[in-house]
Amino acid sequence: MKIRLDNVIKTFDTFRAVHGVSLEVESGELIALLGPSGSGKTTILRMVAGLEYADGGHIYFGDQDATDIPVRDRGVGFVFQHYALFPHMTVAENIGFGMSVSKVKREKAAIAERVNQLLKLVRLEGLGDRFPAQISGGQRQRVALARALAVDPKVLLLDEPFGALDANVRHDLRRWLREIHQELGITTIFVTHDQEEALDLADRVVILKEGQIVQQGTPQEVCREPKDAFVLKFLGDANRLAGEVSGGIARAGGAEIAAGGASDGPAEIYARPRDLDWSAEGPGVSATVSRVLDRPGERRVIATAVTGEPLELDVDPEREIAAGDTGFVTFRRAKVFAL
Amino acid sequence: MRRNILPGLRLSLGITLFYVGLIVVLPLAALVVKAASLGPAEYWLIVSSSRALASYRVTALSALVATVFNLFFGLALAWVLTRYRFPGRRIVDAMVDLPFALPTAVAGISLTALFSSNGWFGSLLSEAGIKVAYTPIGIMIAMCFTSLPFIVRTVQPVLEDLDPALEEAAQSLGGSDWTIFRKVILPLLTPALLAGLSLSFARSLGEFGAIIFIAGNQPMSTEITALLIFIRLEEYDYQAAAAIASVLLLTAFAMLAVTNWLQARALRYTLKG
Repeated sequence: MKIRLDNVIKTFDTFRAVHGVSLEVESGELIALLGPSGSGKTTILRMVAGLEYADGGHIYFGDQDATDIPVRDRGVGFVFQHYALFPHMTVAENIGFGMSVSKVKREKAAIAERVNQLLKLVRLEGLGDRFPAQISGGQRQRVALARALAVDPKVLLLDEPFGALDANVRHDLRRWLREIHQELGITTIFVTHDQEEALDLADRVVILKEGQIVQQGTPQEVCREPKDAFVLKFLGDANRLAGEVSGGIARAGGAEIAAGGASDGPAEIYARPRDLDWSAEGPGVSATVSRVLDRPGERRVIATAVTGEPLELDVDPEREIAAGDTGFVTFRRAKVFAL
Repeated sequence: MRRNILPGLRLSLGITLFYVGLIVVLPLAALVVKAASLGPAEYWLIVSSSRALASYRVTALSALVATVFNLFFGLALAWVLTRYRFPGRRIVDAMVDLPFALPTAVAGISLTALFSSNGWFGSLLSEAGIKVAYTPIGIMIAMCFTSLPFIVRTVQPVLEDLDPALEEAAQSLGGSDWTIFRKVILPLLTPALLAGLSLSFARSLGEFGAIIFIAGNQPMSTEITALLIFIRLEEYDYQAAAAIASVLLLTAFAMLAVTNWLQARALRYTLKG
């Protein structure tokens, strides 16, 4: 089902959490609401679910105005950050809860069969009799998903779905959620503060800041064409250098970079560690190495520019480089934003 | 003994065991020894005398009614105090502890004054043909009063800790308010309700001060077991007093055992593996 938010506003006491957000989610799309804490992403998700009411604006499910439909009639599946499984019910009872309390009465056998199907879908066959306290965090997350899917929701909403899990489990579950989405084709919105998770999983990423949408687009669009410095910094490590643009060229400490449309005057130059390199002779930003960190795939060089600005760059694992070396930081590519 | 990283095990364990032995176990043991000094036939004669039987009946029945009443009212009170914010909430919350703080005799005298046939409540009730003071209803009211805090104070912290996401999840799955209360909230409160219930019942069984003023204390009808024990003591019949007391003791033990078992059953889901 297509979801449309039209100028949605939410205020808590005096704090405005969401300022007029408009967003369209196509039927069957998987989108990520990405932002730092306090950016309003969870509030938006809860308003779509009906767990909070919007103070202004409208939320449409298809052509229907769902703004004032209570959560129990809205037909959404919600997966909570800490799962919110009913601790006194078995896994099977948890999954079957929505069906057993539904106004549409079902035979016990029909519910049991559907529960088994779902257990299979989330790869938890044979664990139906366990209690939530008796299974692992990753398994609980999958039970929570099965429980949400059991009511055949029009839209699936996930609040920081992998936030409480360790890195390995998180990685596997991400791939698996993508597969389930492919299989069921259900419109899905999830909230995360982890940019890697958003880029890995979503068809489209919506980046939020202080209750407003800053940029939305495919992972490729937001990574390659960040709209401003906030988006660029939020998506990954970045170095910032103060510079000056004139005649389409940005200059900073002896380096020259194509300004890419930034107007003349003072500017900020951003480059990811991978976009920088190290060389003995210029042209580039003259710098001194203060530390080298060895990582599985590369060496991270921490250097200080002559201007006093700290710089981090990644070089190939074979490169001979050590603390105290002096040389030049060169640019492979960079983004220039006029101040 | 396994080496323990926390200091003070021997000393603190020693002091507490000594104290429990001196203050709890020794008097109970003395009671049992005293009762056992009677022969079996004599013991049976005392504990099954018609006056004793009548006192068990009125005590247990009144305690049961008072506990069931407090189960509902205490749950409602705990619910209101934890779920809603209203002016005066803190005052109501503090008042719940009054039955603990007030000397029970004072409570008994005030209740008697209120419910006697010329008291505020009693005069109204007697017009309707209901007599409270000097009847088992009076005993029940006194028991309700003194045991009210137990249910409230055991349920309240559990209600406070209940994750709101559980209710939100149940709502998003289509549950009505009543279904959510019945299927999600109530089962999670059951262990606390059982704990409060057993404390409330045990307190009612043993209550003395608040009851004797309002009960009228007529043998065979409104004489509670605790008072009968007191009467035997005043007659210097220590063995009979101990024998009757041992019945109360056994009942309290049995009750605690049953509620513990029920509690363990209600908490099965928390077991690992």
